[in-house]
Amino acid sequence: MKRLFPFAALLLLVGCDSQPGTWGWYVIDPTTKAGWTNVQFLMRGFTSTIQVSMLAAVASIMIGLFVALPSLSPSRWVRLPNRIYVEFVRSIPLLPMLFWVFYGLPVVLKSVGINLNIDPFWGAVITLAISDSAFTAEIFRSGIQSVPHGQSEASQTIGLTKSQAMRYVILPQAVRRILPPLANQFIYIVKMSAFASVIGMQELTRRANELVVTEYRPLEIYSLLILEYLVLVLIISAAVRWLERRMGANER
Amino acid sequence: MTAAVRLTELDKWFGEFQVLKKVSIEVSPGEKLVICGPSGSGKSTVVRCIANLEPYEGGALDVLGGEPGAAGRGEVGMVFQQFNLFPHLTVLDNLTLGPIRALGLSRREAEDKAHALLERVKIPDQAAKKPGQLSGGQQQRVAIARALCMEPKVMLFDEPTSALDPEMIAEVLDVMEELAAEGMTMICVTHEMGFAKRVADRIAFMDAGELIEVGTPEQVFTAPKSSRFADFLDKILSH
Repeated sequence: MKRLFPFAALLLLVGCDSQPGTWGWYVIDPTTKAGWTNVQFLMRGFTSTIQVSMLAAVASIMIGLFVALPSLSPSRWVRLPNRIYVEFVRSIPLLPMLFWVFYGLPVVLKSVGINLNIDPFWGAVITLAISDSAFTAEIFRSGIQSVPHGQSEASQTIGLTKSQAMRYVILPQAVRRILPPLANQFIYIVKMSAFASVIGMQELTRRANELVVTEYRPLEIYSLLILEYLVLVLIISAAVRWLERRMGANER
Repeated sequence: MTAAVRLTELDKWFGEFQVLKKVSIEVSPGEKLVICGPSGSGKSTVVRCIANLEPYEGGALDVLGGEPGAAGRGEVGMVFQQFNLFPHLTVLDNLTLGPIRALGLSRREAEDKAHALLERVKIPDQAAKKPGQLSGGQQQRVAIARALCMEPKVMLFDEPTSALDPEMIAEVLDVMEELAAEGMTMICVTHEMGFAKRVADRIAFMDAGELIEVGTPEQVFTAPKSSRFADFLDKILSH
């Protein structure tokens, strides 16, 4: 409690600055009709933030695993595409990539004869998935490499092929080990989905921005926005911990 | 009768270092060969080459009538020093994975076979546990059962009791002795000289990558030909 006190005092001071002496909580006060309408407007952003994040995370894990597999080869030439992809993709900042996918990718596709209009939703999913996949690929690589070599040797001596050993012996153990860093990446995706607001996707941040423009109460609205992300991330953390307990039970 | 395993002047290098120097030996079907020697002598490497876990650079290696990799799936069974059980699977699933995926058995057939083998290695009631819940001796017996599930024609043992606490060594050796009595072809790297005396048809001694001496237990224990073997026996028998 003692530690919370300076923080609370700071919030009050900031409140003083925007409007002497008072916070303007009325804009998001759910007990009034206008406030409740505003809160509902903000909360409706949860749907698209969650949808974009889930789709991007699933795609990122699939791309990441696909990209990670060649990195396990003893041959340098097989590993090369993996290195190039990882180094290239993880060097691109999210915002420029978002612009490139949203404004540039349709032009590129059109030049090769594909007429595809990318809306803000899919633009965000594609960008987040690709951007994150470079990190997921590295996580998979380290996870797979952390499984002792004896496991593949034992798989070989009981007649499993390399891909069977990967599927039934190595990957299940690797996934248990990389669950915490994968959860980190999922939280990262949820937070980075806020960038999708700049290409006009109606997610949490975009809605907060729009409400700020009409109500002009940035402090209160953005405070609520931060709380919305906090709730999302806490739910993810709890879910991952539950999953870890379930998967790790009785393992060693 | 053709040999189950035949090494002809086998050479192997780890980079610049030659681990096997013209090693030649034949193991007939049903024979039990024990390989011993100081650490770094190349005895584990011989067994790993036969199991197709290591490539070799010179000479010839014939396993069940072909190259090491050409044997049928699971026909060359291997038991490791560190057990190498699959920690995320139950004991039963450890045993059935190979028969189901590599031999195409149905789950039911595989499980019947697995239960019968767990009975044989004297741990019938541990099928539902994870390997981490078992003692070292129990884990190694599960590992033996896992290899036997594939109906191997040759069983290789790479220091199967070296990672075990002393009181658990006997239970593993007992299972191995029963297996030997049933006529299994076995190549066993071990320092358990009591076991070697009781079970081995021949004992091979390796040092610094060379096969120094091969003989029956009576021969080598009473009158080893080479002084290096005599020294080695002296050290491990007198401690």
